Amino acid sequence: MLYSEKVMDHFRNPRNVGIIENADGVGEVGNAKCGDIMKIYLKIEEDVITDVKFETFGCGSAIASSSMATEMIMGKPVSEALTLSNKAVAEALDGLPPVKMHCSVLAEEAVKVAVRDYYDKNGIEYDASLFPNCESCDHCSL
Amino acid sequence: MKVYADNAATTPMSKTAINEMLYHVENTYGNPSSLHAAGQQAAMALLKARQTIAEYLGCEPKEIIFTSGGSEADNQAIISAAKLGERKKKKHIISTAFEHHAVLHTLKRLEKEGFEVTYLDVHENGLISAEQVEKAIRPDTCLVTIMYANNEIGTIQPIGEIGAICKEKKVLFHTDAVQAAGHLHINVREQNIDLMSISAHKFHGPKGVGALYARKGVILTNLIEGGAQERGKRAGTENIPAIMSMAAAFKEACDNIDENAEKVLKMRNRLIDGLSEIPHSILNGDREKRLAGNFSMCFEGIEGESMLLYLDMEGVCASSGSACTSGSLDPSHVLLAIGRPHEIAHGSLRLSLSEYNTDEEIDHILKAVPEVVNRLRNMSPVWRDLKEGRKEYVIQ
Ligand SMILES: Cc1ncc(COP(=O)(O)O)c(C=O)c1O
Repeated sequence: MLYSEKVMDHFRNPRNVGIIENADGVGEVGNAKCGDIMKIYLKIEEDVITDVKFETFGCGSAIASSSMATEMIMGKPVSEALTLSNKAVAEALDGLPPVKMHCSVLAEEAVKVAVRDYYDKNGIEYDASLFPNCESCDHCSL
Repeated sequence: MKVYADNAATTPMSKTAINEMLYHVENTYGNPSSLHAAGQQAAMALLKARQTIAEYLGCEPKEIIFTSGGSEADNQAIISAAKLGERKKKKHIISTAFEHHAVLHTLKRLEKEGFEVTYLDVHENGLISAEQVEKAIRPDTCLVTIMYANNEIGTIQPIGEIGAICKEKKVLFHTDAVQAAGHLHINVREQNIDLMSISAHKFHGPKGVGALYARKGVILTNLIEGGAQERGKRAGTENIPAIMSMAAAFKEACDNIDENAEKVLKMRNRLIDGLSEIPHSILNGDREKRLAGNFSMCFEGIEGESMLLYLDMEGVCASSGSACTSGSLDPSHVLLAIGRPHEIAHGSLRLSLSEYNTDEEIDHILKAVPEVVNRLRNMSPVWRDLKEGRKEYVIQ
């Protein structure tokens, strides 16, 4: 099989699927034209992520990466969620095929964009260079 | 329940083909080029296979060259026609945007060598017309290469009409009939086909073997140099068991074309009708002018690879033209060629049946696909945006 057992497990039984009404932070990254969109919803209390949900349009590894990322940041302080790297997501999934690594990148970016949204909504200052912008992504040719 | 519905990718071998292969693996070990009895026995077998295939294609045995499959036959046909054209300073080729990569990549190579290729528009219905071909032919056109039936969406092109025009205009005509052979009645003479590719594994024969039909007088260029096998046009000791098995499979398929098509068509129509009830779904290509067993649909708001994996969990083997399954980042060139936008092309599902499928299997697919589509839509942010009116549906 192309995918590890871990990827298949998260794909078959994705954790934390859904939305959070009135979320404290929402991050959507990707592009339907490229074939992947991830959206992460955060509930944050006193700078700790108390709930997280995701929605994903994409392939098996995109769904598994989002599912894994939500597990990895659940219950964590926002500052710690910001350090989540795509590598860590891929490693936690026991690896992704090379052509699917961008799925873990999207997961990292979706979390970051959701945190930025939380900062923006609450007037918290941050270092903009820590966050992705769409132009930095060379995933698709569009 | 296990359902194999990916027969356009490859088919399971028929019992006849398996038995024929096993028999020759064991008994026909001689080299057909050898003069002794074992060699001559193999040469006789080879001749018989060639005759069988020629008979069902309406040509002469010596017009058949055995190859390693459809890809090799496509490559050799196109390169040969291009070389013939080049000698007469004719370096223009006509094709379509939705050919198999075995054709497209060969054409790309020729473009680098100075050939000019016109890719005809296949329209939303996945069909080109003979008039389009006629209009595109120029004094320097050396080849028209148009697939008989498309592998991803199943649409069938008006091959006889195109052949007639090519004959009239004195332009060589190649057709990639890999998806059509053994499934449609083909007669290369009546249809004025000069070059044609077929592949055994699409009609319940073995993989790694196919044939190129080249009309007498069309001089082939070798892709493989060496011994004098295949009239000196394709070197290498012949894969007798595979070739024999292909011939047996082809005979069996051709003898049962109408009967198989009738059975498969009923199942396919049930599937198309049933799956079309899924909201915001669309059939790719013309509903009527298509192979009995092959169809593809797009479902808005979801991605194809995850659809395939969930279907696989339900025991259904299918395929998709999504980028993720193609190994590249772009979705299927075929779906883009018929005008599907990227985001819709990503959500495609191809189901291709054979006469081995059963009504129970169709029931299973009809249950599994809507469940999988719903499951994926329920976790898709794109679907939520559509459903809640923030985006407009592309497929009504
Ligand atoms: C239309 C078409 N042409 C060519 C090929 C290549 O044939 P083969 O796999 O025998 O090389 C295929 C199938 O893979 C096909 O569907």
